Parts: sequence; structure tokens; C-alpha cells
Amino acid sequence: MTTLTRRPVGPGAATAPGPRRRLIGLVAALVLLAALLMLSVMIGSTAIAPSVVWDALFHPSPGLDQYAIRDFRLPRTIVALVVGVALGLSGALIQAITRNPLADAGILGVHAGASFAVTLAVGLLGIRDIQAYQWFAFAGALIVTLMVLTLGSTRQGRSPVVVVLAGVCVTAVLGGAREALQLTNAEAFDAMRSWNAGSVTGRPLEVVWPILPFFAVALVLAFAVSGSLNAMALGDELAVAQGVRLGRTRVLSVIALTLLAGGATAIAGPIAFVGLMVPHVARWIVGPHQSWIFAYSMLLAPSLLLTSDILGRLVLRPGEVPVGIVTAFVGAPVLIALVRRKEASGL
Amino acid sequence: MLVVRRRRIALRLEWRSVVVCTLLAVVLAALAVLALMAGSYELSPGQVVSTLLGGESGIVREIVLHWRLPRVAAALVFGAALGVSGAVFQSLLRNPLADPGVIGFAQGSYTGALIVILVVNGSYTQLAGGALLGGMATAVAVYALAYRHGVQGFRLIVVGIGVSAMLGSVNTWLMLRADLDQAMAAAAWGAGSLNGVSWDQVVGGGACIAVLLLLAALLSRAMRQMELGDDAASSQGVRVSPTRLALVVVGVALTAAVTAASGPIVFVSLVAPQIGRRLARTAGITLAPAAFVGALLCLGADYLAQHVAPTPLPVGIITVMLGGGYLGYLLFTEARRRL
Repeated sequence: MTTLTRRPVGPGAATAPGPRRRLIGLVAALVLLAALLMLSVMIGSTAIAPSVVWDALFHPSPGLDQYAIRDFRLPRTIVALVVGVALGLSGALIQAITRNPLADAGILGVHAGASFAVTLAVGLLGIRDIQAYQWFAFAGALIVTLMVLTLGSTRQGRSPVVVVLAGVCVTAVLGGAREALQLTNAEAFDAMRSWNAGSVTGRPLEVVWPILPFFAVALVLAFAVSGSLNAMALGDELAVAQGVRLGRTRVLSVIALTLLAGGATAIAGPIAFVGLMVPHVARWIVGPHQSWIFAYSMLLAPSLLLTSDILGRLVLRPGEVPVGIVTAFVGAPVLIALVRRKEASGL
Repeated sequence: MLVVRRRRIALRLEWRSVVVCTLLAVVLAALAVLALMAGSYELSPGQVVSTLLGGESGIVREIVLHWRLPRVAAALVFGAALGVSGAVFQSLLRNPLADPGVIGFAQGSYTGALIVILVVNGSYTQLAGGALLGGMATAVAVYALAYRHGVQGFRLIVVGIGVSAMLGSVNTWLMLRADLDQAMAAAAWGAGSLNGVSWDQVVGGGACIAVLLLLAALLSRAMRQMELGDDAASSQGVRVSPTRLALVVVGVALTAAVTAASGPIVFVSLVAPQIGRRLARTAGITLAPAAFVGALLCLGADYLAQHVAPTPLPVGIITVMLGGGYLGYLLFTEARRRL
């Protein structure tokens, strides 16, 4: 599997833009994100004018539009923002440490662990409240990721190929057990088919707040190890020669990415593809420079998620398509186009 | 190395492969008798064997030949087909994680079947047709999208991942919109089950599979040469592009024949070649051990799903758990030994 050991040297590596242009790009990404946040609050089954949005946020008064904004659109926008940031950063981290351009948190069993734990909670323990079973999802994701990494580790450290295979095995076994539980328990099946779609609606903000401290820790860890990850992109031996402590960097990165991906899944359910796609685009813009890739991923991922969420509200009006279903439709054509380019060396 | 020569044909067999395959065949026969014995009307081994040899009559004959044998035969034939299909893909893409699912076949056939079950509300034959059509159309689309001055393995995998992800979304969406009973029936089909397999399906599917297995055997020499790289193979006289296309078609068609009859029994095609290679200790992927391991995995999983599990389950659920668990164990021990 030679593909798994390719270096994350983006197609733009030779002509990577200087710091000034990177900064301008970052500001542009920030403006884009802000615009999408605004649009996400305005667009829905009824369109709401910007002035009403402004009033709802800063001069609250009773009224149907303001109620729709404060109780529905604002929470889902915040959920999409938080989940998007976490997914983008976790994707960038996992691609950096496995040096595998196709790695995403799903490979480490995050989604499998979370949905198995939620199925247990719903099917066997009869828990129906999302605030209660989000902790099952979080714990399931953390435990399973640890299991995959232990199974995939050898005495010489972790080989990316073995970790990926271990992830496939654990995902398969848990997936089978989950399916068996679901097929014998109609109630669990019903709850899980909507949870599995991945969505940012119907979650009160109380689901988000308890996860935020974990995200903050992960954020600090990610930027702390970004320099070491840059050196590791050149190969383990060169990194050691530059004074990087491989073991510590890997452990810290894995802690960070597990917290991010597990937390995001606990909030929104499994949302595929965002973590896989966005770091590629970021690397394509800024070149192989981890802390810039992290920063861009954290802005572009919520933008992709918000765009998908807005599209999901528009395509089947007045019905909605969950965001987890739209992301693949937005992301997959981009991925295919990227891999069909002449020099697909970044993939 | 054992070499059998006739006038035009030279058969080269490796001793260990021959021994392993013979042993697997013995285990398979024993397991088949066990599966024919088990059920709400229990039979003795003697009754089963004498029925198979043409003895017995009445209820025992009816139970063995018409109730239980189709299912056992289906597990054997379908399992072997899946094993070979996976072996072809893993050799072709030089990737231990490849199977026809890579080029979107599994998701595509599931989408086809879901549309028949949930939208058209069609019959079983229509279901099989929908699954075949969906799977084939997806495989062709992935192959076409990955085509750019020839098909390169890595590009095929990435395009397959993208298209599978999109179809996976469609499937989730269809399930969300269906009512609960229909959705559960669809999910049971999607898990892969040998329930309701009749002689018609076994004979029809089996005939297709036999032809395809023969084709695979004829192509296997070229396939092994292509593992050395396209240039090396073409310098030895292999016509690389047509051979690759033929192998893809055979691999997909094998899985398609199984899927049409029983739904997608996943993971057999992924794991069987890997387990077979480790048992026979061959250098690369070989077809015969993969076929025997595939059959064993399918039959064993179906026995567990029917008779050991607290409620009868679709066989696909057990193959996933058994295969995944065993592959994990292999990885674990191998990693310990290697380093």
C-alpha cells in the first residue's frame, strides 16, 4: 500500500504563497464564513430580512420571525460552526500524523464507536434524550479510537497501514454487532436511522456547551504540535534529526484529534467527508505548512458544513435534507475532480 | 512445487496450497453435514449421509434435499465466489483492502434494491434485478470516472470512495423517508441473508458462478504476472489493459451473482483472500485458497447465524463480525511476530 505513505506535499508546494498572501486568504475565508453564518440565519422555510435578524440578536422582542431565529436558526448555526471547526481540524491532524491523504476520523473507528455506544444506550438502556446519549457517543468514540491505536501499534511504534487495517477490523466487528442489535429492536432501529444521517438541527445548545472545554484543550494541543508535524512530514528520521520527539508528538496529536472528532460526532452524529475534503483544499491553497493548514481548515470546514446545511434546507422545501447527507454530495465531486487532475500528487 | 504436464497444459501447484485446500475441503464437508443435521427436526449424521447418497425417503429426504441442502449449497457456492472476487480485486489493485465494494458495487446494488423495495414496492425478482442494475451501473460509472489514459489503481480507489459516499447518502436518505417496517425489511436484505434461497437460485446463480470461476482460473496466470507491475507483465507478453478489464468484469460479475440471490454478504471478499494467503503461505494472492476460505466463512457464519445466535440473524452480520475479528487477530499476532 504505497499510497498510504505518500507525503502530504500539496500540488502548490513549489509555488506556496508567502505569509502576506496567506494572511489575505485567511481574512477572505473569515469573511466567507461570516457571510455564510448570516445566510444560515436568514434562509429557511421563510426568508428573514437582515434587519430582523439584527433586531432578534440585539434588540429581542416577541414575534414569530424572532422566535424562529432565536430558538431554531441560531442554535443550528452555532452547532454547525462548532462541529465544522472540530471536523476540519481533526481531519487536518489525522492526515498529518498518518501521512495518509485518505485518512479521516472514520478510519480510526470514531463513528463506529459512537454509533455502537448510542445504539446500546437507545436499544438496551432505553435512553431517548440526546443530552444523555451524547456522552455515550463521546465515550464510545474515545474508547474505540484507543482500541484501534493499541491494536495497530507495534513495538517500533505505529505503522499507518496497520492502524488503518485495525480500524477496518474494529469498525466491522462493532458495525455487525450494532446491526444485529438494530434488526432485533425496532425502536433502536428507528432512532438510529435518523442519528446516523448526521444533522445539526434539533439539538439544544446545552448539547454543545459541555463539549467546548474538550475542544479548547484539543485546539491548544494541535497548534502546539504543528511545528513538529511539519518536520515529520519529511519523514521520521529527518524529524528526529531536527529534535522532534516522535512519540510525544503522536500521542498529543491523537489526543487532540480524538477529542475533536469524538466531540463533533457526539453533537451532530457521523458527518463524513468534511474532515477528509477540507484539509486537501487548505493544503492546496497554503502549501505544506501545518499551522496554516490548521487555520484554513478551521475556517473552511464550517463554511462547507454551513453551505451544505443551507442547501439541505433549500432543495426539498419545505422539507429538509440532513446535513450529513448533503456533505457527501457537495464534497465527492470535488474529490473526484481533484484526483482526476493531471498532477494529483497531493492526493 | 508440483508440476502436472499434459500435452498442451502445464499445471503448477504449490504443495502447501494443495494440502491446505484439501484440509479445508474436509472441514467444509464436515461442516456441511453438521449444517444439514441442525434445525427444529434434528437428524443424525448417518441419516444425512445416506440421504445424500440416495438412500432414505419420506420426511427425512424432503428435509435434507429440499429444505436444508439449497441453503448449504448456496453458502458454499456464494462464499467461494466472493472469495475469488475479492482475490481478483486485491491482486489487481495491489491493495489488501480492495474488494468490489471499492468500485462502488455494494453501495450501488443497495441503492438499486432500496429503490425497488421502498419506491416501486416490487417483487423478489425485481429486487434482484434492481440490485444488479444499480451495482453494475455504479461500477461502470466509477470505472469511467477513473479513466484517464488508462485506469490507475489509486485513482480508481479514490473515485470509488467518492461515489460510494454519495450513494451511501442516497441510501440513508431513502431509509429515513421510508416507514419503519419497510425500512427494517430493506435493512435485513442489505445485511445479506440466505433466508428463502431456493434450488432455482442456487442452480441459476451456481451456473453463472461456475463459468466465471473458470474464467478467473484462466486469467489467474496473467493476474499473477501483473502483480509485478504493468511493464514487467507486458514484457512477458501479457496484454495488460484488456486483461485488467476482463478481471474487473469477472470480479464484479461474481459479486453481482451472489448479491442478486442473497443480498450483499459483505466482508467475505475482503477477508477470505487475506486469510487464504496466510494459511497457504503463498507470496501473493492466490485464487484457490481464497475460494475455500470464502466458502468456509460463509457456511460457518450461516450456521452460527441460524443455530447459535439467540434469534436468527442475517448471515452478513456474522461474516462481518467473524471476518473482522479474525483479521484483527491475524494483524495482532503478525505485528508481534514481525517486530
